[in-house]
Parts: sequence; C-alpha cells; structure tokens
Amino acid sequence: MSQILIRFLIGGAVVSVFAILGDLLKPKSFAGLFGAAPSVALATLGLTVATEGAPYAATEARSMMAGAIAFTAYASCVSWIMMRYKLKVLWVTICSIPLWLGVAFGLWYVWLK
Amino acid sequence: MQIKVDLSVIGQTRWYEYAIRFLFGGLITALAGIIAKKFGPGIGGLFLAFPAIFPASATLIEKHEKQKKEREGLRGMQRGREAASVDAAGSAMGSVGLLAFALTVWQFAVRYGTWMVLMGATIAWLTVSMLIWQVRKRA
Repeated sequence: MSQILIRFLIGGAVVSVFAILGDLLKPKSFAGLFGAAPSVALATLGLTVATEGAPYAATEARSMMAGAIAFTAYASCVSWIMMRYKLKVLWVTICSIPLWLGVAFGLWYVWLK
Repeated sequence: MQIKVDLSVIGQTRWYEYAIRFLFGGLITALAGIIAKKFGPGIGGLFLAFPAIFPASATLIEKHEKQKKEREGLRGMQRGREAASVDAAGSAMGSVGLLAFALTVWQFAVRYGTWMVLMGATIAWLTVSMLIWQVRKRA
C-alpha cells in the first residue's frame, strides 16, 4: 500500500512538472512534445529497479515501445480529427483512448508476447 | 519560429487544473505498478506510455485559447480546437522520442546504473523529439 502511495505521489509530481513545462513553452507544436514526455516511466522505472530488479524494468521498457507507438497513433488521430471536425476536444481525446489500447495490446500480442 | 517561454500562462491556470493533472499522473503511475504486479511487466510496461494527462492538457489548451480570443472580442471555439490540434501533433512527434526512451532503457537497464540509464534515456527522448520537430518545421 505504501509503495502505491509513493508511486502516486512521485507520478503526480513528475507528470505535473512536465505538464507545466509544456504550458510555458511556445510555439504550441513544440510545447506538444512535452505532452509525450516520459513522465510516468521516469516516476516508475527507478522504483521498479530498486524493488524488482533491472531485468524486470527492462521488460517493462520493452513493452513501453509498443505503448509509445500506440501513443503516436493516438496523438496523430486526435490531431487530425480536431483539425477536420467541429467536435469537443475533451470528447475527441477520451473517445480515442480505445485506439491507444487497441494498438498497444495489438502490438504486444503480435510482436512482444 | 523561435522557442519562447511564456510565464503569463501560470496566472491563467487555476489550482484545480494543476490538481487534476497531478491526480491523473499519480493515478496512472500507481495503476501501471498494480497492473505490472497482477499481469506481469510485459503488460504493465505498455502503460508507461499511456496518454494519462492528454485529455486534461488538451482541454486546458482549448479553454485558454478560447478565453484569449474572446477577450479580443472574437469567437474562440475554432481557434481553441486548432491550438489543441497543433499541440497533439507536437505530442505525436514527442512520442517517437518516447520510443527512443523505451529502447534506451530496454537495451541498457541491465548493464548500467539506473540513474545513468534514465538520464541517458531522457536525453534520447528530448534529442529525437526536437530533431523531428526541427525537420517537420522546415518541411
């Protein structure tokens, strides 16, 4: 339980720092790079190495590659939809999450399993 | 197009907007750990690249751009959506850097010290992301 709490606090802090950095930077396309910062990974991997060992963290990082490719598909799709259609940003970003899930798990199944 | 730091944004963001992103960031980090414990590092690792705060950040960009245009007496809905779209395109470029980050950790985590690997991977993320951004900007 305490480890989950530590993860929550470190994760919240690291994600917030990268999010604020993204807020401060201009132009928007450059600030967007920080929307795909490795914040969750940075908050997690150090703790994972300490508790589970380096090979465990390496396996997580290997799967993270599939997650990152899924992120590319997700962010590209969201950007395209918002530029093309007059839809609410919140709905587009939330309704596209299944795309991330599909690509990430699909890649894991065919490539990494 | 020059890269600039705009500190005025700090004043525009409300405390609860910071809190929401802290909450989502913390939740997905904790969740990634729980999933890894339950289903193994292969599945848990996928969530290290989950777009956890993407919806909250994109909505915030839309809101701030909309407010800015409305202060100038213009309708800001379209501008807000466009700004969020441009930000998302930037994130798509950054996610290629995220792939470089993961590749670096995967290749070097077992051989070198944790902090050195994480630092190297972060530099790889930033370098690849900025390189793609520069190339895209010139195209």
